Amino acid sequence: MIECRNITKKYINGDNETVVLNGLSFTIKDGEFVAIIGPSGSGKSTLMHILGALDTPTTGQYFFDGQDVAKLSDDELADIRKNKIGFVFQSFNLLRRATVMRNVLLPFIYSGVKREDREKIARQALKNVGLDESHYYHLSNQLSGGQMQRVAIARALVNNPKLILADEPTGNLDTKTGEIVLGTFQELNEKQNHTIILITHEHDVAEHADRIIQIRDGLIVQDNKNGKKKIIKQ
Amino acid sequence: MKTSDLISETYSALITNKARSGLTILGIVIGIGSVIAMIAIGQGSQQSIQSNIQNLGSNLIMVQPGFQRGAGTQVSQGRGSAQTLTLEDADAIGTETTAQAVAPVVSGRYQVTAKGTNTNTSVSGVTADYPAVRNIEIESGVFITAQNLTSMARVAVLGPSVRDDLFGEDADPVGQTIRINKIEFKIVGVTVSKGGTGFSNQDDIIFVPMTTAQQFLAGNQRVNSINVQAYDEKSMSNLEQEITDLLMSRHNITDSDSADFSIMNQSDIVETASSVTNTFTMLLASVAAISLVVGGIGIMNMMLTNVTERTREIGLRKAIGAKKIEISRQFLAEAITLTFFGGIIGIIVGWLISIGMRIFGGIATSISLSSILLAFGVSAAIGIIFGYYPARRAANLNPIEALRYE
Ligand SMILES: Nc1ncnc2c1ncn2[C@@H]1O[C@H](COP(=O)(O)OP(=O)(O)O)[C@@H](O)[C@H]1O
Ligand SMILES: [Mg+2]
Repeated sequence: MIECRNITKKYINGDNETVVLNGLSFTIKDGEFVAIIGPSGSGKSTLMHILGALDTPTTGQYFFDGQDVAKLSDDELADIRKNKIGFVFQSFNLLRRATVMRNVLLPFIYSGVKREDREKIARQALKNVGLDESHYYHLSNQLSGGQMQRVAIARALVNNPKLILADEPTGNLDTKTGEIVLGTFQELNEKQNHTIILITHEHDVAEHADRIIQIRDGLIVQDNKNGKKKIIKQ
Repeated sequence: MKTSDLISETYSALITNKARSGLTILGIVIGIGSVIAMIAIGQGSQQSIQSNIQNLGSNLIMVQPGFQRGAGTQVSQGRGSAQTLTLEDADAIGTETTAQAVAPVVSGRYQVTAKGTNTNTSVSGVTADYPAVRNIEIESGVFITAQNLTSMARVAVLGPSVRDDLFGEDADPVGQTIRINKIEFKIVGVTVSKGGTGFSNQDDIIFVPMTTAQQFLAGNQRVNSINVQAYDEKSMSNLEQEITDLLMSRHNITDSDSADFSIMNQSDIVETASSVTNTFTMLLASVAAISLVVGGIGIMNMMLTNVTERTREIGLRKAIGAKKIEISRQFLAEAITLTFFGGIIGIIVGWLISIGMRIFGGIATSISLSSILLAFGVSAAIGIIFGYYPARRAANLNPIEALRYE
């Protein structure tokens, strides 16, 4: 599903040139649950933006479902994000003054799902992430951090994307709430076969995935199957 | 993106920020409202002036003493300062040209007294033909007769405003006496109101026989103006030429630039008045247009603030697959919705203001469909023009930078 060939990313600010990614190559197959781990500032978010078709590499090639992303227009990239990718951000990025339901319905505005089907799908997604039904019509800024992150995951799920990209999804959560969120990812991966890329700087978190790619200074330093996967019982 | 989604997104965006949306709408309301009201005043005064002029009579040519404006000379002597027209000139116009009717006038302002009341008004010495030429109708009694002229009768016909001033409204003064310039006149009739307003009140007038006016009031044989009626509109310019030729030969003048009289017809007056009121309307409209532009800048300011405040939201929308055009359409829709409601409320407010001014301020106003369409078009254009730049700015935000925006 994903293939990176020697990807680099440089930021040029005036005379300053920052090399963030320094030649990454790897593939991720459909249905994998991969953690990408690295210290803060190692270029994890930058990589996620490239994998999520929000950004393009400076050099190297990135294939998404066999398509060279560099050759696609802005609108074609938007189509890929809309139909095939779901994002979960560290800071949730919910519309704070909108209800839970409106937040989860948001992707439908662009994907054009029939109006009468929308609420049913949204309810199913909220159920899958385990948010109690009593919160569906609360304003999202009245929820706890764990609840907000679940709403954000539900929002990432409604268009049934093949790939879910989560950038430090537990970073703003306490350990216990974090585990529940990680359990949700495991379940989505096992039961519904979503491909999941989990980005984190914590080993504890990375160990919930099947495979761990470790990066440092823009290079892959390790890419191993996770032998001691932590499984969260739902 | 479906239209229904666009509508519901616009609705929730504007509702989320009620106060700001309301203030922005207010800016447009003030702009559109003042455009409507200003144009209504302009067009209203134009119409009332034109109807006053039409009320003067039909196919009317007015000959007045004084120099005609020759080519290159902008100086004209004040009318009436030269007293070059006589009753004989008027008679000659009646017999030697194709005029339908001729009505010479001797006029002046005099102190008029009745029992215990007095007023200062314009007194016109006229002939029996005057009502036909100047569209005067009699409400009660009779008008001046040819008999009155030959006998130099001291009789008077009052305009309704003078009647109101001297005897009170609804009074019938026929048969009573008044004193004009201390000379006693018997009232024989009252005319029907012509409804002139403001500076040209055609009802504030007293008519007396021309000969009586010359003998007892003016003290000379001059006339102040000669009203000539043509048979129809087509014959007017021809008649004008005949009168010019006749009077020049009677006054022994060869060069038309030094003529001692001037001739004006109704369309000249209408034209002059229209150009004045047009300028007036333009002036009012441009004042109003400035407030519209201010309203438009208000829209732009609000939308730009909006884009900045919602940067992360825009980034998120892009991340979930919104295309540039979908983002810009959404912000444009918000701007247009604000101007749309501002425009509708503004039209209603402007309408109410002009009705209010008509009722309470006595100012003639007229609302035309074209001014409403104009205001509506302008407000839509403002929404598009001033909403376009913020919308484009939102659409062109880099999604990653937008998501990182604090
Ligand atoms: N738009 C940018 N311009 C310049 N430098 C950037 C930009 N985005 C990220 N960087 C730099 O790239 C490096 C990696 O950032 P990031 O990918 O966010 O790391 P991580 O997510 O692993 O903490 C950081 O040093 C950061 O300052
Ligand atoms: Mg990061």
